Amino acid sequence: MALSSQTTFSQAAAPLIELRGVRCGYGGRAILDGVDLQVRRGEVLALIGTSGGGKTTILRLLGRQIRPFAGQVRFDGQDLGPLGESQIYAVRRRMGVLFQFGALFTDLSVFENVAFPLREHTDLPEAMIRDLVLMKLNAVGLRGARDLMPSEVSGGMARRVALARAIALDPEVVLYDEPFAGLDPISLGVAARLIRDLNDALGLTSVIVSHDLHETFGIADHVAMVANGRVVAYGTPDELRASSDPLVRQFVGAEPEGPVRFHQPAAPVAEDFGVAA
Amino acid sequence: MRAADVNALARLGAWTRASLADLGASARLFVQLVLRMGTALRRFGLVREQVFFLGNRSLSIIGVSGLFVGFVLALQGYYTLQRYGSSEAVGLLVALSLVRELGPVVTALLFAGRAGTSLTAEIGLMKAGEQLTAMEMMAVDPVRRVLAPRFLGGVIAMPLLAAVFSAVGVLGGWLVGVVLIGIDGGAFWSQMQGGVDVFADVGNGVIKSFVFGVTVSFVALAQGYSCQPTPEGVSAATTRTVVIASLAVLGLDFVLTALMFSI
Repeated sequence: MALSSQTTFSQAAAPLIELRGVRCGYGGRAILDGVDLQVRRGEVLALIGTSGGGKTTILRLLGRQIRPFAGQVRFDGQDLGPLGESQIYAVRRRMGVLFQFGALFTDLSVFENVAFPLREHTDLPEAMIRDLVLMKLNAVGLRGARDLMPSEVSGGMARRVALARAIALDPEVVLYDEPFAGLDPISLGVAARLIRDLNDALGLTSVIVSHDLHETFGIADHVAMVANGRVVAYGTPDELRASSDPLVRQFVGAEPEGPVRFHQPAAPVAEDFGVAA
Repeated sequence: MRAADVNALARLGAWTRASLADLGASARLFVQLVLRMGTALRRFGLVREQVFFLGNRSLSIIGVSGLFVGFVLALQGYYTLQRYGSSEAVGLLVALSLVRELGPVVTALLFAGRAGTSLTAEIGLMKAGEQLTAMEMMAVDPVRRVLAPRFLGGVIAMPLLAAVFSAVGVLGGWLVGVVLIGIDGGAFWSQMQGGVDVFADVGNGVIKSFVFGVTVSFVALAQGYSCQPTPEGVSAATTRTVVIASLAVLGLDFVLTALMFSI
């Protein structure tokens, strides 16, 4: 009896997504080196860090758009590395991805964009697809925009449509790539609230990549800061705010000087401009 | 060996390897497309859309071109044939030239310019807008959902367009030969009827137009699918589609014609 309750407990506590010693990059150049990260079921995890620091690369690893050079990416206890195409497709059906600019299908209407995964993966009758699509659109407040084409909606609306599409098949995880980039303050607040509410109402697990500290800290359960190819800080938003780590301090305080330098490494100024030092 | 020689050798090696890799990727894509044609057929609505888009939307350019090619064939044919006193054979000459050769080839060249470029640009822009990646992340294979219906649509549309081209061309030849120059209409048509064989002439033309349809559609899709997802990349891929597809059509035309003569 004691044993079985222990098993249940450890299953519930087991992370849904886990990165172990991941080394990864493009064209042989490592962007991430030795990343360990866990995402627990039901939480909202935010990945923050400087541009080009590897946050988006982590998102790509989770859907196995790219494979690590070394280390493991595990989803629900399963290592994604050796999976074949049909198996990885089965895993992806349990994920929803929100791309930075929505990546809506430009030849389909808002309604058809949200209906797309349903039509591809189910044999539901048209009436049921209609109801499901309108429910998802209602959840993001765009039931009235169903007949518009992607070219006719604003950037913020396009992202909400993409969110409705991402949750159309009721995924377990939603990955957000820069959901707040380029939004006006009102849309920003709406988007942040929406991510948190959907996560709690639908029992999702969410991973957000973002620069926007204010909104992100407001909705995240945990925050992981990625810099120099690894996770340099991890904790609740309050823990990160109180951190004494100079890198975290510079980032959270938005200070120009600190461990992250303004200048890209280059030859000495005197040499480039041909003046004597 | 001098360093420059070694560099040249290294460049040659890199170029060979890159070319082989491109060839391999293309061959793989072709096999994937052929394997997924069955699933594309099961959702015929998607294919029908593409036949409409690639076929119907190309009808005007194909029709007008066919008409003018027919005009010119009749004029040039009459010029030669009347020297031998056999100007009634203009109908036969126009029909054979169109059905065996010009119908499939000129249609394929126009198809590459009209439909092939739009396919490449569409796929390339879908790639640039992360739409293909989004599809993959939704566990939908873009080769099956996007490329296969377009491929099938092009393969179906191309022979139909070639048939329209030849038919309109024959009418153009009739207009110039019979109406304008005044060749006897009965002789014009009966020579054509007697001299054009359904299998040896029309059949061979249909085979050619089918092969060209496969070629142009595949080149266009492969270029779009493998392009750099940037404005320059899409524009370069569109140009390559026209160049590669046109050269492939002309080269294949020679090979097919030679084969058909030898059989």
